[in-house]
Amino acid sequence: MSNYMINHLRELESEAIFVMREVAAQFETPVLLFSGGKDSILMTHLAKKAFYPARIPFPLVHIDTGHNFPETIEFRDNLVKELGVNLIVGSVQEAIDKGRAKEETGVNASRNSLQIVSLLDTLEEHKIDAAMGGARRDEEKARAKERFFSHRDEFGQWDPKNQRPELWNLFNSKKHNGEHFRVFPISNWTEMDVWEYIKMENIALPSLYFSHKRECVVRDGVILAKSKFITLKENEEVVEKVVRYRTCGDMPITGAVCSEADTLEKIIEEIATTRTTERGTRADDKRGETAMEDRKKAGYF
Amino acid sequence: MEVQNTQLLRFTTAGSVDDGKSTLIGRLLYDSKSIFQDQLDAVEKSSQIKGFDYVDLSLLTDGLKSEREQGITIDVAYRYFATPKRKFIIADTPGHIQYTRNMVTGASTANLAIILIDARKGILEQTHRHAFIASLLQIPHAIVCVNKMDLVDYKQDVYDKIVEEFKEFSSKLNIKDVQFIPISALAGDNVVNRSENMPWYEGSTLMYQLEHVHIASDYNHVDCRFPIQSVIRPHTLEFQDYRGYAGRIDGGVFKAGDKIKVLPSGFTSTIKSVELNGEEIEEAFSPMSVTMRLNDEIDISRGDMIVRENNTPEVTQDIDILVTWMSEKPLQSRTKVFVKHTTNECISMVKEIKYKVDINTLHRIEDVNQIEMNDIARISIRASKPLFVDAYERNRYTGSVILIDEQTNETIGAGMIVNHNTSA
Repeated sequence: MSNYMINHLRELESEAIFVMREVAAQFETPVLLFSGGKDSILMTHLAKKAFYPARIPFPLVHIDTGHNFPETIEFRDNLVKELGVNLIVGSVQEAIDKGRAKEETGVNASRNSLQIVSLLDTLEEHKIDAAMGGARRDEEKARAKERFFSHRDEFGQWDPKNQRPELWNLFNSKKHNGEHFRVFPISNWTEMDVWEYIKMENIALPSLYFSHKRECVVRDGVILAKSKFITLKENEEVVEKVVRYRTCGDMPITGAVCSEADTLEKIIEEIATTRTTERGTRADDKRGETAMEDRKKAGYF
Repeated sequence: MEVQNTQLLRFTTAGSVDDGKSTLIGRLLYDSKSIFQDQLDAVEKSSQIKGFDYVDLSLLTDGLKSEREQGITIDVAYRYFATPKRKFIIADTPGHIQYTRNMVTGASTANLAIILIDARKGILEQTHRHAFIASLLQIPHAIVCVNKMDLVDYKQDVYDKIVEEFKEFSSKLNIKDVQFIPISALAGDNVVNRSENMPWYEGSTLMYQLEHVHIASDYNHVDCRFPIQSVIRPHTLEFQDYRGYAGRIDGGVFKAGDKIKVLPSGFTSTIKSVELNGEEIEEAFSPMSVTMRLNDEIDISRGDMIVRENNTPEVTQDIDILVTWMSEKPLQSRTKVFVKHTTNECISMVKEIKYKVDINTLHRIEDVNQIEMNDIARISIRASKPLFVDAYERNRYTGSVILIDEQTNETIGAGMIVNHNTSA
């Protein structure tokens, strides 16, 4: 009986590295979409391992809504320097200024769906034929049906009912001119896998993932950070809370969780006992049962 | 430092809503505490809106709008749960004949298949189909769950009869390891907890089986196969002469000092190091992604394969495959297709359709002119360049191909290579 066995984190790592190497080999101008969140930080770590000692052979693309946590931008700039990779920034503000996107109004206004315009514009401008993202199938029900290599038509749209079957480790990257692929190397990872791997590999993360004091506003049960991007309603008040973030999107839509977990060990312990999903803190997913599917069809991450 | 040594088990469930498949998955997720409160809230809300007086757990697994509207699973959905012993990935696929292609897709990466049988109905055409697909795709382990035992008063003779019948027809198949478990997914008997209603059953629960089935030998650790994905050449001062071959090990065990042979050139060398991220790996085996360096400078590029001198795959342009047809456009012989095999791809010609398999009776249907969506058939292909192949039965990764339509770029077929001899 053989004892050749690797643990689940090494197996997931190996799968992700295989997929990234396939992307680098099969496409001409691939990029890695970088949000500044833990999943995309993990992706850069995997990319570094996949091609070492060569540099990561594709640029990072950040779709900047202008509503980021300041910690995210600082972390991004340091990471780019350290890895020696190129960074392409697609600006939502620019799309708004050019009249390509229209800002939402009202107290729950968000630039979340406006990212689709900037993302598709950026992909087109740089003739990007494959955009890798850190989306995982365990995050959300529409993402559970996503392929590793996900085909997008010339309008950047996803057709979930007509996806290419994906067998073994054979990935079909064939496409017509103007079409592109979204590729998800960490499809099979769960939130727990991500945290355990971050701990195992000792990957640095922005401070907002760890417990800290912050001025917050509680809206519809979601704890939002007080910032210049958020307009207070009449009866709302700012309160100081001890929180951390489980995901990291735009400031006005990403909810924090009350948490004392200030180390990776404590975070893992907390996740093991938590009863809500990671995206449960995301106001963008609460806009209806198929909010994610609808955005994904239109070209969202 | 490794935090823990949990293994990953990938399994597939094929079946329809009536089999209780969704209930079973719901039970596994729920009892392993993998369903979150907000997911449950959302499902409860949807169930209420639909006017159900129960919580419809299938809403957890049906992800797309059209699936929820129609109450059916169209596509493969992947689910994740964990116990302290193992991590699990479920490929949840629809069981109807028109979704054979989805079942095959889900089965292609699975270590284990759960085959569900409704105790009241016994073995149906659908059971034959699921067992055949598990056998065709060489899923190493199968667990036959005789479900809804609560509805047959937990009677042993009902169960025994179904087990006998299954054994009889599966003797014609090639499933290496089959276990049988009487369960009730709804009531929870023998799923996670042992049933008190069936003292006559002395075997283990489904969860115990999933946690303990031996999967270390599911990969081929005998025939060394390393298909090259790309060549890593940093061109930096520090690593001026560095040349590493990036890839994932598809079979065998590789280590520094091993004598190797490169296909198709036939050049030989020895391994200087096997590494990842600059760290040396003592022994590399499937499914590890590594970077390999050799002691001689040889011209190697993507699509080449590193093997052992005395154990090589067959190098051939002619392959016979059992193909699952996945396109609405039927296949006729003399059609040109792209073939993708390991990290190789080339234009190829379908020379001959030999026969079709009736996946319910396993009978061969000869003299067929074309194969249609969801058909399984044996065909011969002539590739425009040599491929380095093993029989699928021997190695799932060097024994499989996908076929791609030249015009539409769609994946139109999944093929398992038959009758090729590894020269070991």
